[in-house]
Amino acid sequence: MPAPLGIIRETWEWRWRLLGHTWVTLYETLAGFGLSIAVGTPLAVMLVYSPVLRDAVYPIVVVAQAIPKVAIAPVLLLLLGAGEVSKVVVAFSVAFFPIVVDTATGLAATPPELLDLSRSYRASAFKTFVKVRFPTALPFFFSGLKVAVTLSVIGAVVGEFIGSDKGLGYVIVSATSYWKSNLAFGAMGILAILAMALFGLVELVERLVCPWYAVSERDAGAPAGR
Amino acid sequence: MISIRSVGKTYRSRHGEVVDALDDVSLDVREKEFVSIVGPSGCGKSTLLKIIAGLVPASGGEVTIRGRPVREPFPDVGFVFQNAVLLPWRTVLDNVMFSIEMLGLPGNDYRARARDLIELAGLAGFERKYPWELSGGMQQRVALCRALVHDPSVLLMDEPFGALDAMTREEMGLELLRIWEERPKTIFFVTHSIPEAILLADRVVVMTPRPGRLARVLDIALDRPRAVEMEFDPRFKAYSEEIRALIFRPRRERVH
Ligand SMILES: Nc1ncnc2c1ncn2[C@@H]1O[C@H](COP(=O)(O)OP(=O)(O)OP(=O)(O)O)[C@@H](O)[C@H]1O
Ligand SMILES: [Mg+2]
Repeated sequence: MPAPLGIIRETWEWRWRLLGHTWVTLYETLAGFGLSIAVGTPLAVMLVYSPVLRDAVYPIVVVAQAIPKVAIAPVLLLLLGAGEVSKVVVAFSVAFFPIVVDTATGLAATPPELLDLSRSYRASAFKTFVKVRFPTALPFFFSGLKVAVTLSVIGAVVGEFIGSDKGLGYVIVSATSYWKSNLAFGAMGILAILAMALFGLVELVERLVCPWYAVSERDAGAPAGR
Repeated sequence: MISIRSVGKTYRSRHGEVVDALDDVSLDVREKEFVSIVGPSGCGKSTLLKIIAGLVPASGGEVTIRGRPVREPFPDVGFVFQNAVLLPWRTVLDNVMFSIEMLGLPGNDYRARARDLIELAGLAGFERKYPWELSGGMQQRVALCRALVHDPSVLLMDEPFGALDAMTREEMGLELLRIWEERPKTIFFVTHSIPEAILLADRVVVMTPRPGRLARVLDIALDRPRAVEMEFDPRFKAYSEEIRALIFRPRRERVH
């Protein structure tokens, strides 16, 4: 085990290079995470609204999730090259599933009474979505995001492990092969801080966007409205 | 005002099972009448309310409101369910205004009315509170305001006080009557409580299950305004026994 002081000293010496690598990993993570939101959320909406689509697409999503991402990452690199795109796609592929599943669960969690009420008021499906279903699903959506954002970090790093010349994953692999374990541990520490910071950021946005959930959770230990 | 003519409902599950939820139900309800519906679980009470609201199509027969057959949902109706199902991200006032927004009515014209109702329901000063800051009984009052704010002529209540404790429940029943007397509506009130059904209603509809049928319709000749003390009235006791007999007799017969 390397001594903490040694890790800190060596990390500090490498700070500027490490900053550059951190930026690359952060960028890949956020791009993959953003992509999984952009694709996963509309897909979840479609799955909930169209039974036909649900029966057709849901099994594919589940099978895709069942394939270990570590196993397909080398193939993705082969197809997309060793650049940043392949890392973004790996990050996307791991972050996508929790977002789809949690958002779909949330959209389906609307109390049936509220749907009856909306129907009896002859409100359009769109209005019901905006005023009832979507806000009900928000806490679920955010719990999906919290899982997805930490997975995105892992996805980006796995992509970098397999083939890359930049990013914190690359630093860990190359430092290890040169027996610079202090530096490898430093990079890991930065990764952990990065993942925690992103998680905290999502949580902060959640508190701002659905304060009712935070409060009712604290008081009742369960999501509101259920 | 509302005519239910030989309404039947058969549910078919995906596995091909057939449930006769309602069979040959007929009832005529006057304008501004308070009708309670009692009956054991599964006798089709909720189904009947949904058919009246046009949310579920009848398998046979028809419902007409002021002569017009109900074929689809119509907005001249208010709903109160067993749970308040308020929107947790909205304040009391905004929860009441939910009906207005969903109906596409101009909010400015109804905000004053919403405030009046909130006051009438004993919630003055709570307009800006959130549902989690209210007790179960208060939440149910908000749900009642939400059901009344667009001034519907029909109020459909499905075990509205079923989730409340006995004391709150009695208080809410009388409060409902007070509001109803001030803003009369035609009310269908489903309940599992026989005393509650009698205390509130002009008529009590007794239903029996498998298939869901009307066993009897009782006229409740107690004076209005109603009071809790009326439960000691001999007529109250007679109604109560009659209803109990209708609901429990068939079961006893089956046992022997
Ligand atoms: N959507 C549905 N699909 C299939 N069967 C249904 C459906 N809704 C109700 N049923 C069946 O119809 C019958 C009547 O149901 P309903 O909910 O109207 O009864 P209820 O009198 O309201 O019961 P409870 O007092 O428990 O609320 C029950 O046997 C129920 O299982
Ligand atoms: Mg019911």
